[in-house]
Amino acid sequence: MNTTAAKKRSTTLTLITGLMVIYTLLPLVWLLLSSTKSQEDLLGSFGLWFGKDFALFENIADVFAYQDGIFGRWILNTLFYVVVGAGGATILAALAGYGLAKFDFVGRKAVFAVVLGGIAVPPTALAVPVFLMFAKMGLTDTPWAVIIPSLLSPFGLYLMWTYSTEAVPTEILESARVDGAGEFRTFFKLALPLLAPGLVTVLLFNLVATWNNFFIPLIMLKNADLYPLTLGLYSWNRQANTVGGDVVFDLVITGSLLTIIPLTVAFLFLQKYWQQGLAAGSVKQ
Amino acid sequence: MTRRSWTGWQFTGPFLAVFALVYLAPIIYSAYLSVFRTQLVGGTSFVGLENYTKAFSDPQFWEALTRVSLFLLIQVPIMLGLALLVALAIDSGRLYGTGFFRISIFLPYAVPSVVATLMAGFLYGVRFGLVGSINETFGLNIADPLGPDWILTTIGNVVTWQYIGYNMLILYSGLKVIDTSLYEAAAIDGAGEWRIIRAIKLPALRGPLVVAGIFSIVGSFQLFNEPQVLDSLAPNSITTYFTPNIYAYQLSFAGQQVNYSATIALIMGVATMIVAYAFQRRSMKGTL
Repeated sequence: MNTTAAKKRSTTLTLITGLMVIYTLLPLVWLLLSSTKSQEDLLGSFGLWFGKDFALFENIADVFAYQDGIFGRWILNTLFYVVVGAGGATILAALAGYGLAKFDFVGRKAVFAVVLGGIAVPPTALAVPVFLMFAKMGLTDTPWAVIIPSLLSPFGLYLMWTYSTEAVPTEILESARVDGAGEFRTFFKLALPLLAPGLVTVLLFNLVATWNNFFIPLIMLKNADLYPLTLGLYSWNRQANTVGGDVVFDLVITGSLLTIIPLTVAFLFLQKYWQQGLAAGSVKQ
Repeated sequence: MTRRSWTGWQFTGPFLAVFALVYLAPIIYSAYLSVFRTQLVGGTSFVGLENYTKAFSDPQFWEALTRVSLFLLIQVPIMLGLALLVALAIDSGRLYGTGFFRISIFLPYAVPSVVATLMAGFLYGVRFGLVGSINETFGLNIADPLGPDWILTTIGNVVTWQYIGYNMLILYSGLKVIDTSLYEAAAIDGAGEWRIIRAIKLPALRGPLVVAGIFSIVGSFQLFNEPQVLDSLAPNSITTYFTPNIYAYQLSFAGQQVNYSATIALIMGVATMIVAYAFQRRSMKGTL
């Protein structure tokens, strides 16, 4: 909020910024409209308006029926990878961020340097090396091959570190110690509630990363029963290129819509958290 | 003190274990692989730095590296420039419906790159996309956005679409933490909106811009998902060495050249770190 008198709103500025909104929303509108079209209308009608038939529900039913309902399986896989991967990554980042912020232990500086260096090397840079190593360890084509790499979130750790430094007063930890509470008990009972807004932010960003994960599943998984949604849609789309492959662009489109709904809804409802959380953490120099 | 020290390790331990397993160990293992060569006949033999000299004189690797560098130099400034303009516009308080703008521009960040690229492939496809509709309706012949000449631009467009809101948010957050009394003082001094942007807002955005810049450097050098997905919609435009990551992937999977693939991945990891570090050093010079 500005403390000065409310500023005059500008129609011109609103319209110009509106162009950017058209740019960002247009493909999503197209996706929404296309999901309501039959295969025939998809090819024959104008992209930015409805077709002759309203086939959204048939399309959804087709998506879930195709290949013995494998799409439902992909949804469950994705949920599993997200809950274990993003959830685990958030917990690990919170514990480590708090540990780095509140304990002065031997090797703390070294840990910090290594982890900060890790932020500059994204998981994708190491995808092929991780694959080669996991192949040697016999971990490829198992759910672990997807989950283990996503357990790591150096940026999440960085956010939790800044958050812990600011949101958890050292005095209340000291008094808890005087009362004889164990360190982990103190963390869960006292620190965690104070860290909640930061925790939700980190969780949201880890959620996006695991929900959208593609490169790692692509190289790790052969068995289609283990695919997450992204890889599944990719494989459906790719079918059109194989000789005798079934062309199912209508299913790819409706499947895409179903894939983006959960995260879009999460972001719409949790606006307060991701906006505040970023403001508190990511911009500290 | 010793008890506290042990507790600190207990808190950071689980994270470090995973870090060792998916960061450190693969790097070490790749470094190990990179000094060997495996052949169908003759098996594995130690070759020293031969894979590295091979990489540096490999025209396909250079072409891939040049392509992502070009991408970095053109796409990233455009994206960050637009994100900056939007962040300033939203922060100005002069828009009708600020909240709507913020969420609408951020929303594509929630869309997986696979879906974003598939949408672009359909939208820009001449077969049944919008470009096809436009060509048909107006009897035009707009250049094929998925053809070899335009594919990199199209990928730049997809990446810009996905990340403009995320970068806008990083910058917007940087603007939100500015002490508003600075604006009041500037207003009393008779400073206009542009002067406030130049004298107060832009200097405050230096840190956030560096953060956004580093993420973009990493993203450009590691470009993979978008070209990989487009490959099935525009097979003639994406080569097996389109980006370094695609090259490393192809070498491992199609080429069975695991040792050379590890070398390429390692070189790119180190290159990304060096460029990101140099960028940070340069752009933070004179501050702090």
